[in-house]
Amino acid sequence: MKQEYFTVKSIAGPLFYVEKTQNVSYGEIATVRLPSGEERLGQVLEVNEDVVLLQLFAGTSGANLNNSRVKFLGKGLELPVSKDIQGRIFDGLGRPIDGAPEVIPERKLDINGLAMNPYARSYPDEFIETGISAIDAMNTLVRGQKLPIFSGSGLPHNQLAAQIARQAKVRGKGEEFCVVFAAMGITFEEAEYFKNDFQKTGAIERAVMFLNLADDPAIERLATPRMALTAAEYLAYEKDFHVLVIMTNMTNYAEALREVSAARKEIPGRRGYPGYMYTDLATIYERAGRIKNKKGSITQIPILTMPNDDKTHPIPDLTGYITEGQIIISRELEHNNVYPPIDVLPSLSRLKQKGIGEGKTREDHSAVTSQLFAAYARGKQAKELAIILGEAALSDVDKSFSKFADEYEKKYVSQGEYIDRSIEESLDLAWELLRMLPKEELKRVKEEHIRKYMK
Amino acid sequence: MDIKGTAVISKSGRIKRISGPVIVAEGLEGVQMNEVVRVGKAKLIGEVVELAGKDVSIQVYEETSGLRPGEEVESSGSPLSVELGPGLIGSIYDGIQRPLDIVMKKSGNFIKRGIAVYGLPKDKKWSFRPSVKKGDAVKPGNVIGSVKETAIIEHKIMVPPGVEGIVHEISSGEFTVEEEVAVITGADGSKTGIRMYTKWPVRLKRPYNRKFSPVEPLISGQRVIDTFFPIAKGGVACIPGPFGSGKTVVQQQLAKWTDADVVVYIGCGERGNEMTDVLQEFPELEDPYSGEPLIKRTVLIANTSNMPVAAREASIYTGTTIAEYFRDMGYKVALMADSTSRWAEALREMSGRLEEMPGEEGYPAYLASRVAEFYERGGRVECLGGGREGSLSIIGAVSPPGGDLSDPVVKNTLRVVKVFWGLDDDLSSQRHFPAIHWLRSYSLYLDNINDYCAANIGKDFTDIRNTAMSILQKEESLQEIVRLVGEESLSDRDRQVMDTAKMIREDFLQQHAFDPDETYTPIGQQYRMLKSIINFYDTAVSAIEEGSRFENITILSVREKIARMKYITKDRMGEFDDIDREIKQQIKGTKDGSDNR
Repeated sequence: MKQEYFTVKSIAGPLFYVEKTQNVSYGEIATVRLPSGEERLGQVLEVNEDVVLLQLFAGTSGANLNNSRVKFLGKGLELPVSKDIQGRIFDGLGRPIDGAPEVIPERKLDINGLAMNPYARSYPDEFIETGISAIDAMNTLVRGQKLPIFSGSGLPHNQLAAQIARQAKVRGKGEEFCVVFAAMGITFEEAEYFKNDFQKTGAIERAVMFLNLADDPAIERLATPRMALTAAEYLAYEKDFHVLVIMTNMTNYAEALREVSAARKEIPGRRGYPGYMYTDLATIYERAGRIKNKKGSITQIPILTMPNDDKTHPIPDLTGYITEGQIIISRELEHNNVYPPIDVLPSLSRLKQKGIGEGKTREDHSAVTSQLFAAYARGKQAKELAIILGEAALSDVDKSFSKFADEYEKKYVSQGEYIDRSIEESLDLAWELLRMLPKEELKRVKEEHIRKYMK
Repeated sequence: MDIKGTAVISKSGRIKRISGPVIVAEGLEGVQMNEVVRVGKAKLIGEVVELAGKDVSIQVYEETSGLRPGEEVESSGSPLSVELGPGLIGSIYDGIQRPLDIVMKKSGNFIKRGIAVYGLPKDKKWSFRPSVKKGDAVKPGNVIGSVKETAIIEHKIMVPPGVEGIVHEISSGEFTVEEEVAVITGADGSKTGIRMYTKWPVRLKRPYNRKFSPVEPLISGQRVIDTFFPIAKGGVACIPGPFGSGKTVVQQQLAKWTDADVVVYIGCGERGNEMTDVLQEFPELEDPYSGEPLIKRTVLIANTSNMPVAAREASIYTGTTIAEYFRDMGYKVALMADSTSRWAEALREMSGRLEEMPGEEGYPAYLASRVAEFYERGGRVECLGGGREGSLSIIGAVSPPGGDLSDPVVKNTLRVVKVFWGLDDDLSSQRHFPAIHWLRSYSLYLDNINDYCAANIGKDFTDIRNTAMSILQKEESLQEIVRLVGEESLSDRDRQVMDTAKMIREDFLQQHAFDPDETYTPIGQQYRMLKSIINFYDTAVSAIEEGSRFENITILSVREKIARMKYITKDRMGEFDDIDREIKQQIKGTKDGSDNR
């Protein structure tokens, strides 16, 4: 029988100070019974000899000092797992909300997980075909990668993530694939969009969804991605699935982190976010990967909206330092009716080099996309120049680059939500577009490839 | 055990308070600052960081969840130390020198807590060859023998600091690092046994006789670095840049291709996959100087971003101490730290938990002195014991938030380093790699290494480099005119400057790290490449002055050969002479009035 404490000394924001405690451990979970009889979960943030600092996930409204009863459970937050979690929908703390009965757990796993030994990792180098040219050809996604989508409010990042989930495949292999979805502070409609999309494709059968919606307690969000990743690790490393984890929206997660930090009166770092936000985000993102002696893998697509479309804001900035590249969505392209509006120049996949080439995609992949990058960059420069000096001031060569940039956006980047292009189609299309340019300007592709692929 | 080997009585106390990676304990009277302690039932490794009356603050190198007040804290009597001896090369360690391959054997794919493993293999036998004999007088730092650790590294066994006297016994043959290989009799008749390994506290710099200014360049095969912004052997450099600008690729290129004898690579708070990449690649890549696999001269420290933050703080010191140890043997050592910003953030986090008064942006007020202390451990020295010269070059990556160079870590770093490789976001989004900006970067070692370059690379090496720099500088100012009125309005001479600058940028500064033919360019080829470009420029400018038209110079066929110079290998150096000859002939052709090529 666990001891109950009536010794709440003070309450501030989501925090409880409980006195005269005994034998409480750092990081353990407690339940708080409010005067109304409602029970809420909390986590121990600090332990002194006889005072404990407790953070309540669902906030402290309705709590008082005299009648709130605190019970420490002697363990951290856990997720009950079994193969039956597939096809289920949970709330942000891992409790079922789909009306079906509780999962009969095979085991209970600590949601914080442990750090993967870098020595045990296997370097991600298996090409994932998403069917989207701006990703497959230009910023290739590989198995075990963490590749976030940097977006802005009102941009179609959800459609893009859903399209990736729908179309992603590793070619020539009939391996088991599933999606784990973590929603943090998004609206009911956004969550429904994903649910419906998974239903349409049948992916829902194998998907696991954790939903913390906009009106759910903000602090709960701190646990949601960890719940999802614990489920993903179980499916990947114990059940051999290749798991795609979609986490949206990381911006809401970081806001919740700031809220707790402020309530604890910690010294704030940049823009009020706590100094440990980098480390905290890393404990989420670094759970992507592959392990040498395991079949499964975890690929992460976190989505975040850049406040004010600013890439240097702490949330995208720290994320970019941890993840292996980023896909940047551009408002300008969206206005020009380009879907997906991926701005390929600042986008990047750090793991591209080892996932492409002969035997993986095609021998000309690296060179031809390098040529596309260079030509598109030059075309955009020429267009800028034309704005200042007028079209007439451009040389003939620059004019052809400027025209190329337009066509590239219109035909290559833009492809529609339900178009699934194979990598060969993407590369062939690249060669077709390059025909617009004078041949002597194609310095980054080999002569033999021009002969072979430029039809 | 302390460094001299005298035993200290260990004490034990109990936990009073736990807040993240910092705990407060009591009952540890007499414990020293920076002493290592074991915390709780799980025996987590921690270090004493603050003493206040009876309260002792400890930073714990492992996750503290589950600890309770009242659990035992045991002191070890010695400061945080690393084991130095044969077995270091080719290892991959965490921030406190636990070999990750052994950790994996003990705890599986994920790192569990409280694992105690030695830094060096204790059961492996090494073949020890003595270089002193009985009766020789030895001083601290003197070499008494050596072990062939890898095909490249002759591991020298040195008399530890504090030990001096006459060699009483010296052995030869196969020994483990625990066994004594020599006994030394001190002046007072005391006998000290010497083993092949020693322990050294990581926060204490290892002693040397004297420090000198660096005079020799550290060659990395990276054209923009070696030719334009060189670092000297024993020098210190930093690479700041926003994410995605290529810091890690530059660091890894340096780790692969520098002409150092030993490379220590610290992955400090960075991505796990990057360390895996190094681990998988280095055993296969060939060191261009010895022909052996690169791993045979490399020590890796991996404390990735998801590993405990306190150990991240220690990882920098662990790596530096190992690097200093090889420097003491007389080797040229290069240390790469990626990224020092994560280390500074770890300092900030620990400082916040200790409730210290914050300085700028929440960083502790002592950030500047910690950064300076770290880089000052680099240098060219006469080793302890004399007769050997070693050097330690330090290259630190800095990851400023948003690429903002007014960040406290960048500012404090720039105050002490002498080479600045500024990475530029615009260049990287244009896929100009390495994205080191030629006008913003600098190296203060140019004068130091001038004599060396003139004697070993080419007499006019410095002149050529300076000419190229001034062309790039001039391009920048001409760019502004072009942006306003178009390129046509420039004089032919200025257009030649623009054209040559483009040639320098595209055919020299850009270098493809993943192309096996281009990833490394020896310094001799670098010199000839740039010399040919400048030769082209000089010849073209004087031709223009004598009436040639710029348009005719832009269509010469030799330009294509210049673009392909990067692929000329050492055995085809004659091709540079051919190119220079063709430049002369073809440009001369433009002077003859007609349009002939």
